[in-house]
Formats: sequence, structure tokens, C-alpha cells
Amino acid sequence: MNAQTNTKESTSVVLVGVGGQGILLASAIIAQAALTTGYDVKTYEVHGMAQRGGSVLAQVRYGEKVYSPLIPKHEASVLASLERTEALRYVDYLAPHGLAVVSDQVIVPVTVSSGAATYPEMDETALKTYFPRLVYVSAVERALELGNARAANVILLGALSTKLDNLADDAWQKAIQTCVKPKFVDLNLQAFYLGRELAKNA
Amino acid sequence: MEKKLLSGNEAIARGAYEANASVATGYPGTPSTEILENISKFYGDKIYCEWAPNEKVAFETAAGATTTGARAITTMKLVGLNVAADPLMTLAYTGVAGGFIAVVADDPGMNSSQNEQDTRLFAHFAKVPVLEPADSQEAKEFVKIGFEISEQFGTPVILRTTTTTSHSRSVVELGAPIELNRPHSFKKDPQRFVPIPAFARGMRVRLEERVEKLAKAASISSLNRIEWNTNGDKRVGIVTSGAAYQYVKEVFPEANILKLGWCYPFPDELFLEFADQVERVFVIEELEDFMERRFKELGVATVGKRLGNEKLVPKYGPLDVDVLRDVKRKLAENEATKAYFVAPNVTKSDAKLPEIPTLPNRPPVLCPGCPHRGFFYALSKFDVVVSGDIGCYTLGVAPPLNCMDTVLCMGGGFTVAHGMDCAKNDRPVVGIVGDSTFFHSGMTGLMDVVYNKGKSTLVVLDNRITAMTGHQENPGTGKTILGEETFAASVSEIAKAMGCKNVVEINPRYLDETTKALKTAIESDEPWLIVAKEPCPLAYRKKLEKNYRVNQEKCKKCGGCLKIGCPAIERAADKTVSVNESLCVDCGLCAQVCKFNALEEVDLAAAKGGLV
Ligand SMILES: Cc1ncc(C[n+]2csc(CCOP(=O)(O)OP(=O)(O)O)c2C)c(N)n1
Repeated sequence: MNAQTNTKESTSVVLVGVGGQGILLASAIIAQAALTTGYDVKTYEVHGMAQRGGSVLAQVRYGEKVYSPLIPKHEASVLASLERTEALRYVDYLAPHGLAVVSDQVIVPVTVSSGAATYPEMDETALKTYFPRLVYVSAVERALELGNARAANVILLGALSTKLDNLADDAWQKAIQTCVKPKFVDLNLQAFYLGRELAKNA
Repeated sequence: MEKKLLSGNEAIARGAYEANASVATGYPGTPSTEILENISKFYGDKIYCEWAPNEKVAFETAAGATTTGARAITTMKLVGLNVAADPLMTLAYTGVAGGFIAVVADDPGMNSSQNEQDTRLFAHFAKVPVLEPADSQEAKEFVKIGFEISEQFGTPVILRTTTTTSHSRSVVELGAPIELNRPHSFKKDPQRFVPIPAFARGMRVRLEERVEKLAKAASISSLNRIEWNTNGDKRVGIVTSGAAYQYVKEVFPEANILKLGWCYPFPDELFLEFADQVERVFVIEELEDFMERRFKELGVATVGKRLGNEKLVPKYGPLDVDVLRDVKRKLAENEATKAYFVAPNVTKSDAKLPEIPTLPNRPPVLCPGCPHRGFFYALSKFDVVVSGDIGCYTLGVAPPLNCMDTVLCMGGGFTVAHGMDCAKNDRPVVGIVGDSTFFHSGMTGLMDVVYNKGKSTLVVLDNRITAMTGHQENPGTGKTILGEETFAASVSEIAKAMGCKNVVEINPRYLDETTKALKTAIESDEPWLIVAKEPCPLAYRKKLEKNYRVNQEKCKKCGGCLKIGCPAIERAADKTVSVNESLCVDCGLCAQVCKFNALEEVDLAAAKGGLV
């Protein structure tokens, strides 16, 4: 390969969802895990202008040396989405053989509830046609089983971590402990390992 | 030293602390806001901090601080510098006694701005140095070096970030704060600080001399460096700065790079030294062809914004790796340049994906319970022209409210309305500003309307906070940036003191009183000020005891409630309407517009079987 040796050396993760779903925490944990492992790390977050309901996109890149904080198209190892169809908006970012991790939660945008647009029919089989390597999770349901719907993001994180084998278990644990309030650490560790399990079975 | 992952804005805050700044001022504006928020949050006990009513005030306060020999920093978004342009232009003449940095955050791509102006051109216009960090580590260091340049040459310095450098996080090595221990004592020197024409002419001469000295210093500054490639191939030389440097490194790893962190006053000597050593000079800069023009003035042929007759590096919008790969592809294909470049090789999946269904947009919308919604719904029933302004309420432009006809700049809501009235527009005009916008520059417009016997209907949407930029305090909220209690300025009292006789306060959540006030004001030949006062529910969260549900037996599925555009009201394919309970915050607007009384308020405790 010629010009792109730099990029090839770094690992890129794209996380998408809707405001308030906890995308930013998930990206902070990945970044922290990479940082404790000794990698150079860059992240970038795009928030919609509104506080709630807008699209949220977070990007994390790590490696020996990272230049652009923005991930180029076709280079993300993982694309994770906390909303059922949001991942489709960013399908271009995923590298060949990249892993998509998608939560089945549907969040209806105002454009749909007001009748101006329609929400596409989409299920696991349909998503698989766009994402040959797909982990499809009922993250909110699973999180509720753990006792807190808000842990859905970390379940997804656990699932996507299976693709990031350059980050060791220990680094993930430490990162969760650093980024999460002490009283939620246990819940989030449980959620993380549940996510790992689900991805293994997929 | 400890290493941390910081955003560019957090790093600038840290830089202000490490550089021992004494005063930090600003006015919110994306993407600059978090700088001052972080200074106040982490170093508020060491650095005096304030949100000023506008950028001019913030700039001047910092300028005043620096006349005592202190280090002062002021922060704003790109368009903020337009408001602060007056003090900037003359501060360049008087110069500064201490260190002065204006951080100006540009927004290529206009993610959250009304225009895309390139602050480097402003620095040129004002004849002051501009520094451009490329990551968070540089953002922090450039604050420290910026103060040194400022003090060494007695000049204000602009630190220009972009959305990417401000909001991306990268690894920063923290340092200890330096000791300054200097007295803050203003030394009388009218020839220096009082630009009456007799003295200003001397300043003018010294300004030109300073620019020359700065250009020489920039040529040898550590902020600018040449990165030679390792294979000794000197054919391609790329000039770049700021965030663009990162993309260049990634897409052109084989190139020789002149990386500018301090691009104006133009380091001519360095530009020429680089140009002499490479065969062809390529300039890759985000937004304007600022450096490229200088190369042309110096007689160096460049490829940058154009390649022959073709457009090459975009002149607007943000750059990124994908954009630069396109640039490289064009270079590799063009007759004149193909000897120098190999087209980038992107591995895409060969699999042909089925077509992606049209995805519904998720545009920013007024939140559930936003008090602006009720006001706009009431206003939408009048045949008027609406001169709006900038804030959350600008979202009133979107369907289904469709309630904003013009927006110019902060403060323009009142004055543009007045202008239409002066021209005797054939329909009545309503001018709207938010509370923070009123204190920023709406007040002077109100004064103009009253003084010049205008007749506009003026409205302040007073949600008790600067909401759009993430809930900052302002002169009307009764709190300082540190959360200390202070006097809360009243919009109504200010208006009365300005001589506005017709001032009415209403709660925009109640449609009847809002409509009544609007009707009186619009029909009147005198100016009216309506203060629509109700706190932003996100900034002032209340414990919810009730919310709304649709009584399906009463609902006729007419869709009337959808006309308020509330995200909490959802309609299924069969037109059944329901309230999303997790979003509803009990504002009650929907119940007021439903003709069939189908929206009913429910007691949450009771709804859960009284168990809560
Ligand atoms: C000159 C200038 N400075 C700052 C901004 C950034 N800005 C956009 S909206 C806004 C605040 C608006 O607050 P307010 O008027 O209270 O309206 P709200 O968002 O609360 O509805 C600011 C500071 C800008 N657009 N222009």
C-alpha cells in the first residue's frame, strides 16, 4: 500500500444514535481504554443543534499515531448504532468486513410523527443485507433486565469490543471505572460483559 | 507530567491557567463556548471570569485588564469578532501592556453559524498576529506562546480555532502554571493609550514597524516548521495550517510539508526558503486562499484552490481526509501534476449493497415544553412579517410553525423590523429577539424604535437563559458564570426606562393571553414590547407530577395537535395520535389547541396505580 500506511495503522470506531442515548459515554470509554493501553487517541463528536432528538455522531480513532480526528469513509472497523436505522445513514464509513452493532430501539423523529416522512420498515434480516457482519441486540430490553435502561449503550459497547482485539479486558475494565460514576460501575461492567456474550453468539 | 484527553476548548482553558492569565471574558457561541465554561469550572478561583453581555464588552474588558500589565483572554465565535471589531482595530494601534489573546472559533461548514467568515482575514485587516493550532496539545501551548508574543511585541494576538480543533479531543501533556508575580499597575502614557489623531499617527507608523518585526519573528518561530520527508525527494512541497495539517499528513505522507501555526504577519522569509527548496508548491488551506495569495504576491507559482482552469481545494466548507483524497486524485490525473502524485487507493467493499431506503431527517427542533412553541403558534394566526433573530427560537422557521421571515444577525430582530416599518411595508411587522439577544444588542434597537417614534411590535422571548449555546447565565438570570447571585436585569423595566410606554408581560404557554397581547400590539400605531416570560424547561427542570395523554375515545384524529410541532406527540400510520410519555413535560399547549378536549392531563402517581 502506498499513501495510506498511516491510516491503516489506526483503528476507527463510529458510534451513532439520537441525543440523550449515551453515545458520548460509550465513545469516552473506548478512548479511555485506548489511552490506558498507550495508544495515541483522537475523538470527535457532532451534536445536532437541539438538545434532544437530533442525530448524534461520535468518532474514535486510536493507534501508534493518529492524525485526522475525523474518520475517512470506508475505514471504520466498527459502526455501532443505538437506534435501529441510524446506522444506515453512515454505512459509507464502514470498512470492508467491518462489524455493525445495532440496537433494535426505534426512536421516531418529529418528521415522521408529524406525517412529513415515513420510518422505513427494518428488521434484522433487512439490516443484514447492508451489514453482512451484524450484531443485532435488543439493548434496551436487556438493559432493563439488568435493572436500568440507561445501560443499553454499554451493552452495545461490550458487543463492539469483540472487534477491537487490540484493547485488553483489563483496559476496558479500567476505562469503565474511570468514566462511570462509582455507584454505576457494577451495573456497567455487567452490561459490558453481557454485550460481549451477545456478540459471541451472533 | 500527566497526560489527558482534552478537547481543543478544554486545552485552551488549561493553557490560560498554565500561562497564569488573570482575566477571562467572553460571550457564548458555538464552537467557542466551552473555553470559558472550563476556565470558570476548573480555575474560577484563580482566574477572574465573566460572561459579558456581548463580544464587544468582553473584548474591551479584557483589553482594559491588559493595560495594567495583566494577562487577559477573551473568547467568541467567528461572528463575535464582527461585534468586537471596533476595539480590535484600535487595540492594534495602542498595543497592549500585558498579554492579550482573543480566541476566535471559526466554523467551516457552518455547523452552527450563520456564515463562514475566515478569521485569518480579520487578523490581516487588523494587522495582528493569528495563531492556528492543529490539535489540543498545540491549542494549549499556543495560548502560552501567544501571551509571550503579545507581550514581546505589545500586540493583541488572535488564536483561531475551527470546529474540528475546538471539539475534537486529543492527548495533552499537562504542565505546571508559570509564576509571573508582576504588579498590575497602569502606567500613564497618553501617547501610547490615547489615540487622538496627533498620537494615533505615531501609532500608525509603529504598527507598520511592528508588523514587519512580527513577520521576521514568525519566519523563525517554533510555531512554524518544515517537515522534510525521509526519502529526500524534494519535488512536492505542501503548505498548510490548522486542522488541514492533519488531513495533509494522512493523505500526503510522502510530501514535504511547511506547517504553519503562525501564518500572519506572513513569514515571507520562511515561505521563500521553502519554495526555493522544493520543485512545486501546493497550498492546502481550509476556507480562503489566504496564504496562497501571499505566495503569488511573492512571485511563487502555486497550485491550491485551482489547478489550471479547474477548481481543486474547496474554498468553502470543511476539509477532511475524503476531500483531500479527491484533491490528490485530481492531481494524479492532471497532465501538469500527474508526475508528482499517485492516486490514493481506498479499499471499498466489492459487494453491491441494496439501495438504502430514504431515512427520515432528524432536524433540530424546539424541545417538548419549549415556551417558544406557544408564542409561535399564537403568532402563526396573524398576517404579519416576522423579523427574527438568533437563538433556539430561530427554529420557529421550520414547519409546521413557519414563523420566521428574516434573520440577519444578533440584535437584528428589532432593527430589521423597524426598517420595514420605516419603508411602510404593506403588512404589519413583528420583531423578535431572545433574552440573551436582547441584552447583547437588542436593547439599542428598542431604544431606536422608541426614540424615532416607530410603531413596531417587538417581542422578547424571555426563557430566562441563553439556551441555544447550552444554557449560559446572562444579565437577566440573576447569576454570574460562577453561579453567584447577582442583580437580575428586567427586560420590562429596561424598556420602560427607555420610554417604551406599552410594555406587557405574558406567559407564552397560554395561547389566549399571548394572542390577545399580539392583537393589541399589532393593531396599535405605537411601539409595543411584549415580554414572553417562561423558563426553558431544560435549564430549569421540575419534578414532573402530571403529563398529558390522548383520550382515544374523544380523539377525532384531525391532526390539529400536530400543528404545534411537539416532538412528544406522535402519529401512527393509521393516524392514531398518542403522547410519548417519556418526552412530555406537561406544558399543556396541545390541550389548548385540541378542539375535542381529547388531550387530558393525568396524575403520574395515580397513573402508576398510586405506587410512586
Ligand atoms: C454575534 C454572535 N454571537 C454569538 C452567537 C451565538 N449565539 C447564537 S444563539 C445565541 C444565544 C441566544 O440566546 P437567547 O437570545 O436567550 O435565545 P434562546 O436560545 O435562549 O432561545 C448565541 C449566543 C451568534 N450567533 N452571534
